[in-house]
Amino acid sequence: MKAKDIAELMDEPACSHNKKEKSGCAKPKPGSTAGGCAFDGAQIALLPIADVAHIVHGPIACAGSSWDNRGTRSSGSTLFRIGMTTDLTEQDVIMGRGEKRLFHSIKQAIDSYQPPAVFVYNTCVPALIGDDVDAVCKAAEERWGVPVVPVDCAGFYGTKNLGNRIAGEAMFKHVIGSADPQSLPASVQRPGIKVHDVNLIGEYNIAGEFWYVLPLLDELGIRVLCTLSGDARYNEVRTMHKAEVNMMVCSKAMLNVARKLQERYGTPWFEGSFYGITDTSQALRDFARLINDPDLTERTEALIEREEKRIRAELEPWRQRLQSKRVLLYTGGVKSWSVISALQDLGMKVVATGTKKSTEEDKARIRELMGDDVKMQEDGSATGLLNTVKEYKADILIAGGRNMYTALKARVPFLDINQEREFGYAGYDGMLELVRQLALTMESPVWQQVRAPAPWDEPVATAGELLSAQS
Amino acid sequence: MSETVSHIVKRKKALSVNPLKTSQTIGGALAVLGVNRAMPLMHGSQGCTAFAKVFFVRHFREPVPLQTTAMDQVSSVMGADDNIVEALKTIAEKNNPSLIGLVTTGLAETQGADIKRAVKEFRDQFPQYEKVKVLAVNTPDFAGSFESGFAVTVKGLLQELVPGKDDNPGRAGLRQKQVNVLCGGNLSPTDLEFVSESIESFGLRPLLIPDLSGSLDGHLDDSPFSAVTTGGVSVDDIATANESIATLVVGESLHSAGDWLYRHTDVPSHYFGHLMGLEAVDDWLMTLSEISGQPVPAKWQRQRRQLQDAMLDTHFMIGMSRIAIASDPDMLAGFVRLLQSMGAEIVSAVVPASGQALKGLEKVQVVVGDLEDLEDDARAQKAQILLTNSHGAETSQRLGIPLLRIGFPQYDQVGGYQRQWFGYRATSQALFDLANLVLSQHHELEPYYSVYAQKYDEKHQQVKASAWT
Repeated sequence: MKAKDIAELMDEPACSHNKKEKSGCAKPKPGSTAGGCAFDGAQIALLPIADVAHIVHGPIACAGSSWDNRGTRSSGSTLFRIGMTTDLTEQDVIMGRGEKRLFHSIKQAIDSYQPPAVFVYNTCVPALIGDDVDAVCKAAEERWGVPVVPVDCAGFYGTKNLGNRIAGEAMFKHVIGSADPQSLPASVQRPGIKVHDVNLIGEYNIAGEFWYVLPLLDELGIRVLCTLSGDARYNEVRTMHKAEVNMMVCSKAMLNVARKLQERYGTPWFEGSFYGITDTSQALRDFARLINDPDLTERTEALIEREEKRIRAELEPWRQRLQSKRVLLYTGGVKSWSVISALQDLGMKVVATGTKKSTEEDKARIRELMGDDVKMQEDGSATGLLNTVKEYKADILIAGGRNMYTALKARVPFLDINQEREFGYAGYDGMLELVRQLALTMESPVWQQVRAPAPWDEPVATAGELLSAQS
Repeated sequence: MSETVSHIVKRKKALSVNPLKTSQTIGGALAVLGVNRAMPLMHGSQGCTAFAKVFFVRHFREPVPLQTTAMDQVSSVMGADDNIVEALKTIAEKNNPSLIGLVTTGLAETQGADIKRAVKEFRDQFPQYEKVKVLAVNTPDFAGSFESGFAVTVKGLLQELVPGKDDNPGRAGLRQKQVNVLCGGNLSPTDLEFVSESIESFGLRPLLIPDLSGSLDGHLDDSPFSAVTTGGVSVDDIATANESIATLVVGESLHSAGDWLYRHTDVPSHYFGHLMGLEAVDDWLMTLSEISGQPVPAKWQRQRRQLQDAMLDTHFMIGMSRIAIASDPDMLAGFVRLLQSMGAEIVSAVVPASGQALKGLEKVQVVVGDLEDLEDDARAQKAQILLTNSHGAETSQRLGIPLLRIGFPQYDQVGGYQRQWFGYRATSQALFDLANLVLSQHHELEPYYSVYAQKYDEKHQQVKASAWT
């Protein structure tokens, strides 16, 4: 990828990061950086497209350490679960055989699995030695008659966030708009209900959680042309340009897709989340508002009233158990506010929230939701998190999987909120799983047992004391 | 069902379906197998012994010495004392054991056999075998179960072999390093090894009564065959139990034997359940530290910290998991406490017969019943994991939930008899195994197929699209 293309991707006018020096796409700092590369971001963004053959072009480390990610779920095709890489060798690199190997790899994938399309992810080594991945993809597509989409996402281009955008860009450039939606069969039409088409961008169907939401959209007569990319199919991505509304779900990652769909096709978009009762209802209302069909608006309000009443009754016993528990929430970007709403629905108190990757806009929303007394946690280090747990007397840390052992080693209850989790929390019904998992760890009898000293020993130091002793 | 106190529900139905119970007689015989150069002798028809032998051989995968008084039709009606005398004489003559353990069956007890009198007759008739000790215990299968049969036989061993304070006053504590350990019937040979090893780590010498870790631990001997047990506690050593400085009683079923031993010898008894879970092992080590006056060795602290870590790692899976368990009371109580300490819910608990161990349990309803009761409860309560012996394998298949094999008998897999549950480290492993079973049952969200979705080439989609009303 040329430097100017990268610069162009970095410049995302719809993103509030653009206006501030400190942003999610900031340059990584040597010696003090966590998080994935552009390849990681691109692969994560597109891998959930279930029927595509995803080939990672590079030596083994890129695919070898990342394939078989179990987060996302498919309702049908499982081809995306098959790991594919060109696994370049030293000879390939020295002799320049990478392109040839890629060409044959594409053929092998097509012959073995008959995918509707092949995605090729370029990585650092072939990018550095100058493999012309675009040309190979083009040649392969012509030769084998199957669409082959290059995703030029070498890790050194930048961060995971940039990789998400590269992925979105590749979809926009090569896939979206290449086919029109299929016409609806008469059997799914209901009298008096006009079906409206929408897209969800940045919804990954983690643990299948979007299946908590989809039945509601069906009921309202909202057809999801495509979720980019949870449980998506190649042919669905092609039709995304025909939607009436796009929803950016919980993520700024593929904002460029929403913006470009608006620029080229005039599709309006909104940003929303399916975490929590309030946000789920808000998202449904936003669909109705932008589609602007009075009948839909009316039915949406009725559905929201019915669902909220039902779920609040089901949550009541849990609410009483969780009420006024104190939470330190440490997640990236948009989740810093979207999950807050879910926790507040349960009567829990978020005492601090991670804002390292949040924009000014995110922070404003956090203040709007919680007032000024919430701590904005910039420091994501183990010590930083644990100090806040101690200082703000948090009962639980909610964060991504890699912080799990930070919490457990300090004898602090923990809930995994990121994409590796095995439980779905989205929509109204996802709340029931969320409360169960929250109660499971917070009410567990193990805490008292791991905090108490051995009967023959001095009292064990608490997390806070351990830390003060260090500093 | 009460929330805070446990509740025991008595057997209600006439028919026992898929029985959980193993007979007292078998429990009694097993206790005898923990004595070196011993021979269990079942007073009953030969079938009783044949079944018992198969039971032990399949579980331990070892040859097991076991004999019978072979009661027949005539002796069953007319009296079988002669069978006892003849059997004792034959075994003494042929095998020269150190001990013959005579345990009764339902047939003999129904007949009204007076085994003590028969033993006396044997002594009178054959004084040349006075060196062969004979223990006679009443263990009819129409009462109690495996665990109580084992316990009453252990008590019998003590009564038969340990000199009392009245005849030998002032002996208690003479052997300052020796501690008696009364070991319940559901302790595996490796559990016993933990018991010994932990005691030795405090500079003490354990005297296990009985000691199955010597006889049925599945070791390969130099000599290819022995008619009697090879290993276990010796009769002479049991006779020194009155000189130990303490008695440790492991398993609630033996508490009564521990009480008796204390009254009989003045050696103080300390009581424990199964040594599983943080608290139970803590108590065990603290007691050893107090008895020995030695600090707790560092290696236990290390293993304790490893267990704490394992508890944290596995609480996500085991917490709120729904458990169905069927076992003898001691073992059931040990597991129930461990699982409750992890936040699991015991939704079904079944014992073959009541036992003292159940009195200490909280927040659980225990049913005296069979594996059908377990199956029905587990199904109704949507249990996720089943814990019982090998007979539960098909139950678990019918329920569609995984089985963790515990207790007697375990015949459909190898190594079950050696499974260690005691101590911090084995508890960690038990937690990992339980957590993995929960993970193997991870409930995936049912895919939802939208009627509108453009996934027309997938078959679910075609079905769903025509079903919209």
